[in-house]
Amino acid sequence: MSRQLPIVAITPFPQAAAHELADTQLRANLGRATRTIRDKRARVVAEVADWEPMRDRAAAVKDEVLDNLDELLARFEAAAVAAGATVHHAADAARANAIVTELVQEQQADHVVKIKSMATQEIGLNEALEAAGITPIETDLAELIVQLADDTPSHILVPAIHYNRSQIRELFARRMPGFTATSDEPAVLAGAAREYLRRTFLAAKVAVCGANFAIAETGSLVIVESEGNGRMCLTLPETLIAVVGVEKLLPRFADLGDFLRLLPRSSTGERMNPYTSIFTGVTAGDGPQRLHIVLLDNGRTQVAQDPAGRAALRCIRCSACLNVCPVYERAGGHAYGSVYPGPIGAILSPQLTGQDAGFNKTLPFASTLCGACYDVCPVKINIPEILVHLRQTGPKPAAERAAMSTLSWVMRDRRRWRAALRAARSGSAPLRLIARRHGGTLRRAPWPLSAWTAHRDAPLPAAESFRDWWRRTHEQS
Amino acid sequence: MNSPDHAAPGLPGLFAERAGDYRAGMHHCTEDELPGVLAGLLAAAAKVVLPPGVPAAWTSGLAVPTLLDDRGLTAADLDEAGLSVLTGCAVAVAETGTIVLDAGPGQGRRLLTLVPDHHVCVVRDEQIVADVPDMITALPDPTRPLTMISGPSATSDIELNRVEGVHGPRRLDIVCVHPAI
Repeated sequence: MSRQLPIVAITPFPQAAAHELADTQLRANLGRATRTIRDKRARVVAEVADWEPMRDRAAAVKDEVLDNLDELLARFEAAAVAAGATVHHAADAARANAIVTELVQEQQADHVVKIKSMATQEIGLNEALEAAGITPIETDLAELIVQLADDTPSHILVPAIHYNRSQIRELFARRMPGFTATSDEPAVLAGAAREYLRRTFLAAKVAVCGANFAIAETGSLVIVESEGNGRMCLTLPETLIAVVGVEKLLPRFADLGDFLRLLPRSSTGERMNPYTSIFTGVTAGDGPQRLHIVLLDNGRTQVAQDPAGRAALRCIRCSACLNVCPVYERAGGHAYGSVYPGPIGAILSPQLTGQDAGFNKTLPFASTLCGACYDVCPVKINIPEILVHLRQTGPKPAAERAAMSTLSWVMRDRRRWRAALRAARSGSAPLRLIARRHGGTLRRAPWPLSAWTAHRDAPLPAAESFRDWWRRTHEQS
Repeated sequence: MNSPDHAAPGLPGLFAERAGDYRAGMHHCTEDELPGVLAGLLAAAAKVVLPPGVPAAWTSGLAVPTLLDDRGLTAADLDEAGLSVLTGCAVAVAETGTIVLDAGPGQGRRLLTLVPDHHVCVVRDEQIVADVPDMITALPDPTRPLTMISGPSATSDIELNRVEGVHGPRRLDIVCVHPAI
């Protein structure tokens, strides 16, 4: 790999999290954002009587997609091509970036307008386009803020949640051509972005988008948004390039009935998002006259092979799991070192890249396994179970492997285990005097046990085993 | 004419309540009152853009110039200040207050309801279905370009403050046409 993908953590999670935790502004913003969206979501989910059966249905539909991926991809491609689209296949990020770059160059465009898309962030498309001399312009307000700041998003849904209004005004004044406003009212700032982007939309020749859903039956793409920047990109430029992960498929158009109910309620906590666009190929006289669809694999078919981890591919990127996660709420999105943060990122990034990539093997440990993410997931991904699966199958340090195999040898035999416990009891007897002050636990132990006591107290072995106690109190008579 | 006694019970009532939650302007009238209501809503427009297929009665009361889209209108034409667009819809959803446009008669190209700053949409009671799954099955042809609109465009990207009207029309007026009693 010539270049690290933006789904590879380059710092171990505990280290990155410690750094982020020092930012009190970030923690205050995140706490407020996650709490607000969490409450809104709970209200609108409670309105739907058959929410739970709907989650089951949606999970089953997504599993059907993973079971029949090749067949459904072929069906989607045939339908999309029949409707006038051109379909490309990209096995990995480099291939997808090359395809998109060539398509833009074919139109002799020096810039493209973009709709927020996780797939294009995952492959680092913006960086690839810039390297080819093409300027990508993010048109989602939050993504624009993040792009103008040369920063990276911190939340899937509200990527600029780590900025407050005065920081945004200052940024616009510095980086947005023609910005003159002195107020930092959100309405004024949004109005400035409208003026700036309107000129850009009207002049753009090429737009790049992702897709929330791709319908195999009809070859349609579905894009869910709030601001209308998506509709601008999908309607005004002559050429539209969609980068779509292969797991975005739904078999039938009718499947949208459940998914369009689940997604907005789980995501923004609205009954329905302001704008949903569905389009099929090219329509004469209406919208782009050239539509290219790049179907992206980038590790997905590999993940689909693992029965214990594949459910991660059901994800519809709603970000509900982020907002309920006690770890995400404090550490924030950047700590995960990937465009996919939070609980879903902790199972998706290491699976897409393999756990050996960078420090992605530390991500499955970025969780308390409390299960709140599983409860809110609209497609019922059992995130805690997959976290444990990845912890078990991930690469381990040599010392841990040695300790575990020794322990396994000791515990496999009753006599060996009893002898070991006896040795531990007598060995720890002198420590009991110190530990008594802290309710029988040890606050600080010497290396290598210090790795444990750095964050937790260490309980000492009981002075008497249960078997010994039973023998003493019940069998003497 | 915006009196609440026009508001219908059942699905039309729920639709009006839910679309109103998004801060769309909600208006109620009968078929006979429609030209007058539309004339009032569009009185301040510089021009009113019309897709092909808008019933003649809808524009009979208008005192401002109209601009029929013969597919010759460009995005730049539609970006002029003070334009309003008047359309019908294919179907509407009560539970979510959503209107759905499918480029059919009286709805036009996607561009028309996107670039102008003011959108007036006429919804008849019989076009309203209960929920999103019903809407998906009610669409006559899913392969037409579809736009589902739930209130004016909005963003919550700055400190989670909701701001209406980022890129789409900043004002959305929905006129609910109920049968005469």
